Amino acid sequence: MSDAATDAKPAQGPLIYRQTRWTRATHWIWAISLFFLMMTGLQIFNAHPKLYFGHQSGFEYENAFLDIGAKQSGNDVVGYTKIFGKEFDTTGYLGVSGPNSLSLNYQAFPAALTIPSNRSLATGRIIHFFFAWILVSTLLVWAIASIVTGHMRRDLVITGADLRNLPQDVKDHARLRFHHTKEYNTLQKLAYASVLFIAFPLMILTGLSMSPNFNASAPWLLDIFGGRQSARTIHFLTMIFLIGFFVIHMLMILAAGPINELRSIITGWYRVDAQTGKDH
Amino acid sequence: MSKFQLNRRKFLTHAGLGASALTLAGCDVLDGLNTKDSAARGVVEKANNLTYRVQRLLGGGHTLAPEYTQADILQSQHPNGVTAPDDEDYKEMAAASFADYKLSVTGLVEKPLELSRENLMAMPAQTQITRHDCVEGWSCIAKWTGPRLSQVLNEAKPKLEASFVVFHCFDTIEKSLSGSFKYYESIDLIDAYHPQTILAYGLNDKPLPIENGAPLRVRVERQLGYKMAKYVHTIELVASFADIEGGKGGYWEDNGYDWYGGI
Repeated sequence: MSDAATDAKPAQGPLIYRQTRWTRATHWIWAISLFFLMMTGLQIFNAHPKLYFGHQSGFEYENAFLDIGAKQSGNDVVGYTKIFGKEFDTTGYLGVSGPNSLSLNYQAFPAALTIPSNRSLATGRIIHFFFAWILVSTLLVWAIASIVTGHMRRDLVITGADLRNLPQDVKDHARLRFHHTKEYNTLQKLAYASVLFIAFPLMILTGLSMSPNFNASAPWLLDIFGGRQSARTIHFLTMIFLIGFFVIHMLMILAAGPINELRSIITGWYRVDAQTGKDH
Repeated sequence: MSKFQLNRRKFLTHAGLGASALTLAGCDVLDGLNTKDSAARGVVEKANNLTYRVQRLLGGGHTLAPEYTQADILQSQHPNGVTAPDDEDYKEMAAASFADYKLSVTGLVEKPLELSRENLMAMPAQTQITRHDCVEGWSCIAKWTGPRLSQVLNEAKPKLEASFVVFHCFDTIEKSLSGSFKYYESIDLIDAYHPQTILAYGLNDKPLPIENGAPLRVRVERQLGYKMAKYVHTIELVASFADIEGGKGGYWEDNGYDWYGGI
């Protein structure tokens, strides 16, 4: 297997053991969990396809930030998406969707993006909470283990040197010049740290803030997010952020050499550049 | 409560197997999770039992749901589910402004009760401005008035075997080929004796409207809306709800929703 075809730099160094089995295991557990959490989350969202700011949902006043639905327009039913009151026609994608004009689904997110594919809030919730438990418990184990082994400090915490290297790293990424080293580069660290230290905790805390039982145990958390409906909105926006991360993550893997990158997250072994080191 | 007993090792094994089976098999298996008795659904539902246990651990007995102020009441309480029961006995009673309404307290109690509206309104009433959270995702803040359920229970004196309070309702929620189903719900004694659990006959300083459950509905402020039965006519104390209707403790529970609606 040759990486030369995909690598920007022809000079290859040795294979090194870059990802421990714990990193690889948690990576894939989280990938699977997020897949299910997103698709069951969209199922749950479809039960009330509106997002609001504040403590409650405006039925007799307007505090919606996002509103997806279907409405009659002449002889047709069109799907619409309203963001801050500005309306877009999203027929076929959001609001109204389906394989053809004879079999339409009047739901916010299309069946292809929800688990289960039919409308079932009860089933969506059960699967959502199941994977929420897996995400939370593995994140907890990972966080403790990463602090103990030094993985967090060594590989993820952004250092002064990382920040000094930031402009150069941005330039390198813009030119698609990737350095294959044992260490993560600055943008990589920023991306992973924002997911692990910001997005995941935010997701878990906003999720808990939607629980009336948890609100009674920790009302202060509700205040931090500005109310249950704000927490629900932040939960959704964090999901959008994670999808954005996923898209960039995939593009970077393709750009940096998919075989080498995939090998390292499956087997742990990664081919570094011949001239590795801290001189760049 | 045997239903929620959970062997941790068994759970972890099942969880692991379940997760891998789910991912490998794709969409058909996923839609199989809709089937209430499927093995895969049994696995994922175990996580819900864990959710209940942790919530009880954190919430314990008497943590209070957040209360709001008059200024937070920005709209009338959004009605959901059945908003105008079509049942003859109910319609007759409603036509007479619920003058003949009686709340029965039955089952495992020392002293079964029949309470008229006057009896209920003569009890010390509690008023609370709380947020109603629907399982669908929306919330609405309103002011609820009525006696604490604990006052009614103290009068009826539950027997030692009693573990759950079941609310039987006037409204038929479903008429289909599989039959005609009246709404019912159940809560445990922790929530039944919770200081914010009331039998509301008042909403936003007015008599409870029909769409919101007149003449009497229950408020269980640390749980979701479907737990707070409307149009209640009987409160039954039971040791187990396994023999009632679908056996899961409520109309929506019989249709796959969690018995403990705390999240």
